[in-house]
Amino acid sequence: MAKDELSNNFKYIGTRPNRPDGLDKVTGRAKYGADFNVPNMLHAAVLRSPHAHARIIKIDTSKAEALSGVKAFVTRADFPDGLKGENFYLQENTIAGDRALYDGHAVAAVAATSALAAKDAIKLIEIEYELLPHVTDVDEAMKPDAPVIREGAQDHSVPEGLPPNIVSYMDFGHGDLEVGFSDADLVMEKTYKTEAAHQGYIEPHACVGQLGQDGKGEMWICTQGQWFIRKMCASVLGLEASQLRVTPSEIGGGFGGKTTIFSEALSLALSRKAGGRPVKLVMTRSEVLRATGPTASASMDVKIGMKKNGKMTAASAVFRMQGGAFPGMAPTGMALECAFANYQLPAVHHTGYDVLSNRPKSAAYRAPGSPMAAFAVESLVDELCRELNLDPIDVRLLNGSKEGSKSSFGPTFRRIGLIETLEAAKSHPNLDVELGPNQGRGIASGYWMNHGGETSISMALGEDGTVTLSIGTPDIGGSRASMALMVSETLGIPYEDVRVNVVETGSLGVNEPTHGSRATFATGKAAVEACNGAIKEMCRRAADKWGIDPEAIDWFDGAAHPSGPNAGDFPPMTIKEIGRRMGRTGGPISGHHATTYGGAGESFGTHVVDVEVDPETGRTTILRYLVVQDAGRAIHPSYVEGQFQGGAAQGIGWALNEEYIYGDDGRLQNAGFLDYRVPVASDLPMIDTIIVEVPSDNHPFGVRGVGETGIAPPLPAIANAIADATGKRLRHLPISPPKVLKAIKESS
Amino acid sequence: MAEVNLWSGLRQFTDGELVVNVKADTVGKMLDELISIYPNLEPIIEAGVSVAVDGEMVAGADHTPIKPESEIFLLQQFKGG
Repeated sequence: MAKDELSNNFKYIGTRPNRPDGLDKVTGRAKYGADFNVPNMLHAAVLRSPHAHARIIKIDTSKAEALSGVKAFVTRADFPDGLKGENFYLQENTIAGDRALYDGHAVAAVAATSALAAKDAIKLIEIEYELLPHVTDVDEAMKPDAPVIREGAQDHSVPEGLPPNIVSYMDFGHGDLEVGFSDADLVMEKTYKTEAAHQGYIEPHACVGQLGQDGKGEMWICTQGQWFIRKMCASVLGLEASQLRVTPSEIGGGFGGKTTIFSEALSLALSRKAGGRPVKLVMTRSEVLRATGPTASASMDVKIGMKKNGKMTAASAVFRMQGGAFPGMAPTGMALECAFANYQLPAVHHTGYDVLSNRPKSAAYRAPGSPMAAFAVESLVDELCRELNLDPIDVRLLNGSKEGSKSSFGPTFRRIGLIETLEAAKSHPNLDVELGPNQGRGIASGYWMNHGGETSISMALGEDGTVTLSIGTPDIGGSRASMALMVSETLGIPYEDVRVNVVETGSLGVNEPTHGSRATFATGKAAVEACNGAIKEMCRRAADKWGIDPEAIDWFDGAAHPSGPNAGDFPPMTIKEIGRRMGRTGGPISGHHATTYGGAGESFGTHVVDVEVDPETGRTTILRYLVVQDAGRAIHPSYVEGQFQGGAAQGIGWALNEEYIYGDDGRLQNAGFLDYRVPVASDLPMIDTIIVEVPSDNHPFGVRGVGETGIAPPLPAIANAIADATGKRLRHLPISPPKVLKAIKESS
Repeated sequence: MAEVNLWSGLRQFTDGELVVNVKADTVGKMLDELISIYPNLEPIIEAGVSVAVDGEMVAGADHTPIKPESEIFLLQQFKGG
């Protein structure tokens, strides 16, 4: 459908009805991962390595086995051999083999009749370790003499002669860099660093697993993707995927960190050894931080050439990212693709390194790679603007990507909304506020490509004309409300007449997780297709009753109507009437759609932040914050605004405080929310939002994913604001009070 | 024949070529044809790549049609959060 054919005349799309999960959540009825309890259930505890890198010489469980209530132990010996590639790494991260590869790596697990007994038992397990040299910093890990995490782990992309911890290499670009930089009036090159940050979901990982000796099992789990859990657990344990049924719970945040497994397969392995008794495994916050995926840390060199009028002539980037002790986990490629996506560049080149270190297995975190890239590139653009005395929004408008421009990573952009976000930001009243002493303003833009993916969905008409929609993408950001609105709009029935259920793996074909900002785009598009199938059948039922051709029937306002005088004079047949009679007019009416979607509309955003820096403590206070982002179409604007605000809040935390701090011994020093500081409500002002709607031509309502882009701009926007307030450019996140204070004191 | 643009790092597997002409009418057939011409690309393609067809990212959607005049780019695989 061409963009100009997209309707703006909606009855339900764009409204803000109550959320369908609201009452359950405020009354405590909603069931999260740890809320599942089943009869005869055991409780698991996991023994984790206290060492960053160590050979496991011996595991002695004899004392623990003698403890009352202990029913089962597992070590790596209880898992099948011979796995390869990603399946091997999933298994190795689930439980260590001959080596513990990071502080927090699971070494053994126990199931007992109470959580207390399980915790007591793991204290009695005796492990003999041989300590090995370790490395946790990405730049250190790339040195030729760094401790080797894995021999022979380099993939085909790595040029000969690079150190063994570099496991993947990439480079791409276009144009002549030499010519581009020589055309510039000013060329700047700087190095930026970001530290690993955790997704910081409020709900820890939790599941109940049950597995019999017959290979049939069940799992109830907090996850972003029940089919991924099924596939991964089945691979790690050597099961047939279809014999494992996985039911998702409500989810208290995921942000990418719950698209994979960490310890979940241990509950199934323990259950199998305990005669099929179900085993509950709930991680502590410390375990979540030590052993579930934070995002990568990054070290980045960026070079940009600019003319005096602000026109960019060339750019290059070299990104080094570590994703823990497992290949393929650093989001280097995506970071590079996002790095210069905001800009039209005649010459650009990207180089990237995926590096191993003795840290936990990295996982996706909201627009994986894009925030780090944005920090480096948007900070340097700001530095150039300040040096050349140029307005940062005008420079972005001058160079900004638009429909038909060649992207920095190759393809030609289709219809996109970056320019619209810049124009909306420029005219917002926040930019007219005069700043006081120690205050500064920062601006930055960001990009995320969004995703479609494998999707399967079913809708069913009830006997009373209401509709049940079964979806496979867990609702992490309000997608049930969005689905219900899209179904309402398509069928022409009230929002309240639609119930959306997130279902288990036995109910639908494979669905990818809720990731890549895909749910409202892909599941929503499939829901419309499923409804269209049901409409066709409902029109056929009406045609049978009226004795006319189904093609002579139109569907609108929740009813079948003769398409014109020639079709006959019949009163509309409502969905309620069709539902009431469907049993005797041909049987149940349902719609189904399954496909793999491509073509998700990309989303750009622009953020403006004002800060005040306390020169005595170095503390940064966010005074006001504006998010402007292209949503394509906001199905439920309140949820879209919530996504914008949530992305900004997480980005603010990453910019100002959040970081994994490792000691010289390679142990994580801040494995708790007291020391790993996420922003709390009192840290933040009300975050202002503007929803820009440049509809995607690949969705029936124009939807673009909105969940991820919003976390990219805050990192550079805040760094730019702090530079504006203090005159000090800090190029290593987080820009925590001690760093700010040190920079201020050095200048004075 | 559709022109497929590769990323620079793949040069080492394609005798230095960064643009490869491929006869195919879907993304899946295009990837198969690439492997057929340059077998050393197989582990990279099998490990996962993203494909952009006429500006649209179609990761995993091998059934996506391509036309002789389509603009096609092979890209690093992306996964979302």
